Amino acid sequence: MSKTIEEINEKIREGKAVVVTAEEIIGIVKQKGVNKAAQEVDVVTTGTFGPMCSSGAYLNIGHSKPRIKLGGGKVYLNDVPAYAGFAAVDIYIGANALPDDDPRNKVYPGEFNYGGGHVIEELVAGKDIRLVATAYGTDCYPRRRLETWINIRDLNETVLFNIRNACQNYNVAVNLSDRTIYTYMGVLKSDMGNANYSTAGQLSPLFNDPYYKTIGIGTKIFLGGGIGFVAWHGTQHNPNVLRSDNGVPRRGAGTLSVIGDLKQMSPRWLIGTSMLGYGCTLTVGIGIPIPILSEEILQYTAVSDDGIFAPVIDYSDAYVQLKPDILDEVSYAQLKSGKIVIQGKEVPTASLSSYPRAVEIATILKEWITSGKFLLTESVAPLPGVESGITFKPLKERPLEE
Amino acid sequence: MTVSKRIVLHFPKRLVDRPIVYRLIKDYDLEFNILKASVTPQEEGLMVLELKGEREDYDEGIRYLTTTGVRIQSLSQDVIRNEERCTHCGACITICPTGAFEVDPLTRLVKFDNEKCLACGLCILACPPRAMEVHF
Repeated sequence: MSKTIEEINEKIREGKAVVVTAEEIIGIVKQKGVNKAAQEVDVVTTGTFGPMCSSGAYLNIGHSKPRIKLGGGKVYLNDVPAYAGFAAVDIYIGANALPDDDPRNKVYPGEFNYGGGHVIEELVAGKDIRLVATAYGTDCYPRRRLETWINIRDLNETVLFNIRNACQNYNVAVNLSDRTIYTYMGVLKSDMGNANYSTAGQLSPLFNDPYYKTIGIGTKIFLGGGIGFVAWHGTQHNPNVLRSDNGVPRRGAGTLSVIGDLKQMSPRWLIGTSMLGYGCTLTVGIGIPIPILSEEILQYTAVSDDGIFAPVIDYSDAYVQLKPDILDEVSYAQLKSGKIVIQGKEVPTASLSSYPRAVEIATILKEWITSGKFLLTESVAPLPGVESGITFKPLKERPLEE
Repeated sequence: MTVSKRIVLHFPKRLVDRPIVYRLIKDYDLEFNILKASVTPQEEGLMVLELKGEREDYDEGIRYLTTTGVRIQSLSQDVIRNEERCTHCGACITICPTGAFEVDPLTRLVKFDNEKCLACGLCILACPPRAMEVHF
């Protein structure tokens, strides 16, 4: 059995495509078997909704009269610094950016109530954003100061461009020390008082296409409530890790860089997020359709939580010191049961990624495709796979000489 | 019959320096457990109490509080979840000391049980989208 994306798109146009979510396909394959399911199902939709720190947006705010060159100057959006290292009126706001006067962790643990992720959420929600900028002034761009309200509807390009999202797998974080620690994996209580994980498991895009056979550069996706595309492999993309027999990586592996028009997106799917004692970030909703081109691809999408394993890492030491130590491996089915047993101790678990919202994303994408308004794309180039030889390198530090 | 209730007391500025809780114990024979107390300059004093005693004493004690000018609210409404903001991720579940949050095993939606909430406030800052709010 094999299909092409063009054949599937033809069925979508005719309103005849059979589309199911990555959760629904599990039962279908159990009931009908791979062969029959692959003949019947055309597309499997995935979804994930979690904090994704390497996210941000670039904006072109339009030229003021007289002109100002923000490039090389300083720009603040609601007091949060934006990057101004481009041409005159292009700026980039990163999800982790913080106001200069935020106390950070001076009062420990810092609250991090407002940062770049919150600016992006408010911008998408259509709220006015206060822009304050200073520049050095040139003959052609003489203005040195700009203070104005901006609104997404008045801006030129507003583009979400995230350099690392949708991680294929992620650590389960615990704390072996004797005090509470505050991490990007949430609040971790002492002596393994809790274990936090962050993935949609069986619904997560790259768990359903573990070898990147359909998801590639140019793949059209659900991004933040609008339509986006896979732009590149994400930073720290690391395909060459330990994998289970079903192909699913047992460690952090592939990642995606994604891009899309912020004007189509919604604050329901881009949420400014605060990690106590750590910083601000953006919770991002991503959904990716997987065309069922073959039985092999369908088999991958049938993966369920009991076939996906993650490493348990001590965030008080091993993570901090870049040690390879892994306390244990647990399946997502175990994690979702509410407790895991590590070194003989029962540890309650919690998720930072929202499974109900991941279901909702996969369901929305399914509706978009079923109703004919979302056609699948052929990727223009593959993501680097296992054979690429990519390895994830630590920093080779070379101290500066005096 | 003994009763045990969690209540929020609001002290107007003029009462902040008076030993009101002391009178509750001495005159009305009530047991108390202070869950939270704060006095802010220019603002009223606030105390979250678990109050326990014989029904009659309890009612008398509450009457006394009211006559002094203390405003009383029951606690259960005081930590609320902003349903618009909550994403049902579940980060709160292992943070809450009383188990007020629970995941529905089927839908994975997080249920918040007001009755179990002690208003300790641990979930407020531990919630990544900041969906938990204290309303006194």
